[in-house]
Amino acid sequence: MDIVSPGFTGRRRSGTELPPGQYLTHEFPVLSAGPTPHILPEHWEFTVTTETGEVHRWDWATFTSLPAEEITKDLHCVTRWSKLGTDWKGVSLDTLLADVETSADFAMAHSYGGYTTNLPLDDLLDGQAWIAYEYDGEPLDPEHGGPARLLVPHLYLWKSAKWVRGLVLSDTDDLGFWESVGYHEYGDPWKEQRYAGD
Amino acid sequence: MERTALRRRLTWQVGTVTEIREETATARTLVVDVPDWPGHLAGQHLDVRLTAPDGYRASRSYSLASAWTGETIELTVEEVPDGEVSPYLVEVLKVGDPLEVRGPVGGWFVWRPEQTGPIQLIAGGSGVVPLMAILRAHAAAGSTTPAKLLYSVRRPTSVIYLSDLKEIAASEDVEVTFAYTREAPPGEPRVGRVDAGLLDAITFGPKDEPTTYVCGPTPFVEAVADLLVGAGHDPARVKTERFGPTGGPR
Repeated sequence: MDIVSPGFTGRRRSGTELPPGQYLTHEFPVLSAGPTPHILPEHWEFTVTTETGEVHRWDWATFTSLPAEEITKDLHCVTRWSKLGTDWKGVSLDTLLADVETSADFAMAHSYGGYTTNLPLDDLLDGQAWIAYEYDGEPLDPEHGGPARLLVPHLYLWKSAKWVRGLVLSDTDDLGFWESVGYHEYGDPWKEQRYAGD
Repeated sequence: MERTALRRRLTWQVGTVTEIREETATARTLVVDVPDWPGHLAGQHLDVRLTAPDGYRASRSYSLASAWTGETIELTVEEVPDGEVSPYLVEVLKVGDPLEVRGPVGGWFVWRPEQTGPIQLIAGGSGVVPLMAILRAHAAAGSTTPAKLLYSVRRPTSVIYLSDLKEIAASEDVEVTFAYTREAPPGEPRVGRVDAGLLDAITFGPKDEPTTYVCGPTPFVEAVADLLVGAGHDPARVKTERFGPTGGPR
């Protein structure tokens, strides 16, 4: 059923094409389910666990000595804001997963603080995903996921797990934190996959 | 009350505004009749969609202010300067108008009547809305679980739900405390932000093992959540909902 909201004309902000239902912001809003974890780089580590239980491990020094990329990407949050042209520095998942032997199809990202989010492994490969540790030329703020966060900008931002500490690879697509309470399991902003069943 | 299914496909529904209550100079409560409303948990939110005559649309999320009591839902909207949807909802929308909604959404920042531990609610400004839904659900369920609301607000005229809060605070299971940050009413000496001393004096301590719900602007929530964790609260039992910018370009 199509309805019109009486007296509503809208404030169109033209010029840029955004995914459906999004609006443009120049701020960098924060969405987190709990208190911000404060993790010192010297206590930080990142692990990749395969479906056979093999664990690959990086501490802060070995992680930051890996070849890093500078990337500029648009961000789309399911709470409807989009922020364009954000600058990050991080290590490509292609680099981190280069020596990982797996036939898994899915990954669960785990964060300090207990957050999880699920993604198809294919969405983490081929230049689509990074573990980012600088934003706008500065070390990443804890509020925004520092010391390091997953960055998967082609999906809604809840997939870009803040305070990331590891990936667990699996043959099954289990649901992460928001996905298990009603959010979409994949989260493509251009298809407006906000909630389960969209 | 049945627990609502959290992974159910959500569709847009056309509700009708049946009542509007002015809460403050910049906030009002919309009472909306939604014939097929599937029910919700206190703390959940919904999406509102507006459509212009040429088909242009804008949507935003708002917290539900009411406990689930049937087909009537309430949302309280604070006008965001330079906003697109909230100025319409606060200044233009009239009783009798249609309003498209989709929800409920969110299954983390919620209170369920079967929860037994103490409830600590901490609101900054219009962050009180989902916490009010929790207090209303608590009352509707006849829960005797102790609950406390600490409500940080600029000045007495900024308080949303004043009369409802007075009524709820009369219950022996619920305690409501205001913290005024700019201007306090006569007889209330303290003016200032929520700090460690106030939290220690007013809120449930870590030993009480409360579930704590903090909602407000991002800097408020960041500060309060850090203080709670610093005071020894288990971070897993501190649930947060933030809105607005981080407080300056970065």
